[in-house]
Amino acid sequence: MTLSVVVTHRFGVFTLEAAFEAPPGVTALYGRSGSGKTSVVNAVAGLLRPDAGRIALNGEVLFDSSTGLCLPPNRRRIGYVFQDGRLFPHLTVRQNLTYGRHFAPRSSRQAAGTFDRIVGLLGIGALLDRRPGTLSGGEKARVAIGRAILSNPQILLMDEPLAALDEARKAEILPYLERLRDDLELPILYVSHAMSEVARLATTVVLMEAGRVVAAGPTAQVLADPATAPNLGLREAGALLTARVVGQDDDGLTRLDGPAGPLWLPRLDAPLGAVVRVRVLAQDVMLSLTRPEGFSALNMLPATVQDIRMGDGPGALLRLKVGDEILLARITRRSVDALRLVPGLAIFAVLKAVSVAQENVGGGG
Amino acid sequence: MTDWLTPDEWRAVALSLRVSFWAMAISMPFGILVAYALARWNFWGKQMVNGIVHLPLILPPVVTGYLLLVTFGRKGVVGQLLFDWFGIVLAFRWTGAALAAAVMAFPLMVRAIRLAIEAVDPRLEEAAATLGANKPMVFATVTLPLILPGIIAGAILAFAKAMGEFGATITFVSNIPGQTQTLPSAIYTFLQVPGAEAQAQAMRLVLVAVAIAMAALMLSEWVSRAVARRISAS
Repeated sequence: MTLSVVVTHRFGVFTLEAAFEAPPGVTALYGRSGSGKTSVVNAVAGLLRPDAGRIALNGEVLFDSSTGLCLPPNRRRIGYVFQDGRLFPHLTVRQNLTYGRHFAPRSSRQAAGTFDRIVGLLGIGALLDRRPGTLSGGEKARVAIGRAILSNPQILLMDEPLAALDEARKAEILPYLERLRDDLELPILYVSHAMSEVARLATTVVLMEAGRVVAAGPTAQVLADPATAPNLGLREAGALLTARVVGQDDDGLTRLDGPAGPLWLPRLDAPLGAVVRVRVLAQDVMLSLTRPEGFSALNMLPATVQDIRMGDGPGALLRLKVGDEILLARITRRSVDALRLVPGLAIFAVLKAVSVAQENVGGGG
Repeated sequence: MTDWLTPDEWRAVALSLRVSFWAMAISMPFGILVAYALARWNFWGKQMVNGIVHLPLILPPVVTGYLLLVTFGRKGVVGQLLFDWFGIVLAFRWTGAALAAAVMAFPLMVRAIRLAIEAVDPRLEEAAATLGANKPMVFATVTLPLILPGIIAGAILAFAKAMGEFGATITFVSNIPGQTQTLPSAIYTFLQVPGAEAQAQAMRLVLVAVAIAMAALMLSEWVSRAVARRISAS
């Protein structure tokens, strides 16, 4: 289940020139608004015919400018979750959900019970007889996701499905998306400009800027690369740590088994043994040459400096090795000089437990 | 009830209803097609088609009637072909009256439907396509239900226009009682005759015309409101 995309397209002065492979799992197209993410998704869906290129899904060619082949959207077997939902206003939620079923090839009909399973997974069972006009934003988003999945697609395209929602609704739907990713064997192309979503959901990240792909690869690797940090925006830079929940302490903290010893975070609603991934923002990490004593921060991770990248301004971005994983730290150049930090130096990375926001912790996968 | 109007008057009313119904029914598919083409397609001569469709709205009805006679009369280009191939005669028949009414009402129907099509969000049609629907299915399952209020409004407008059509009809198919004498033609005829009896006949038909017009209007309001309610919220 692999999607391969090579497209070039000119819109006036803007040129889209993107090439990437999306392996199984969630592939996030990440970039600022106007970087060409939606155009790429529309090209995959067949709603945009690129000037040149080739798009293939699992070896089946959907578009090839050299042979003039361009399958219409209805023959591409894609499920598209639009940013604005686009539910049919004249149909009930149930009719919206089953709309695509009428057109799926007979041979590939979904197994009986799929409808109930998806409806249950998305928690929309109570909405089936209502019309889209009466649904809240979060409900609409979930119905739109269900409608796309129930058309039995070979790939799911999601164009900022959460963009129209407030933080509370996002927090409500993200777990559903994590379950979809883990329960369905369906590749997902996920467009977002919110790094916290990408960090939680994506297995692969494709970083876009001004119509071009500037970095692509496994999420943890792309996020841990100091070279790509300026593309993410320095405040968004941060690496992913994998950790396992090992205890819930009485004072509201959750104890995790991290890559380099214990890690304490504000209470996580996860069962013991669950593997989570924690996005640690580079600007939240402090460095110390010795293990600090009499210091309020709870998490002191032994680390080794791997790479130091001086910025143009006062800051520097450091890549640290923590156990088998990578952590990014952003400190001032002055501190780099004062502590005489050099690659290979053993230090301690200090992280306040409360600095890790709930939205930056997601299910593993 | 039946002696409320004379048999001649009844015939005029029944004929008008029949002519208007068929004028509306026959022109509806063409109206939807032309409205869709004008709203969505870009083709060479689009402005020309738009102009021709709207011509009956602007031309004096007598001119339209005369052009119909020249084209669809027994000696007309199309009329001769229709007769030779299918044995169809339109001139001086009720079918001709229906054609005249349809042509006169066509611009109103097209305008109403075109507005409705232009109001449909093409992004919904894209969504249907990504769910596997081909173009005809997208039209049948998304576009058509969404423009239903517009189609109903257009149909009622066309029906009302057909009920009132006089100039083109009388020019094309004349004013033959029981054959082509519609409600307006009958009123006109009675008004030409001096005397209280004819005046009373005319007045009775005028009242019938008013009643039919009011009923049609109220029906259309009710239907389009019911459909709009189904489509939008609740």
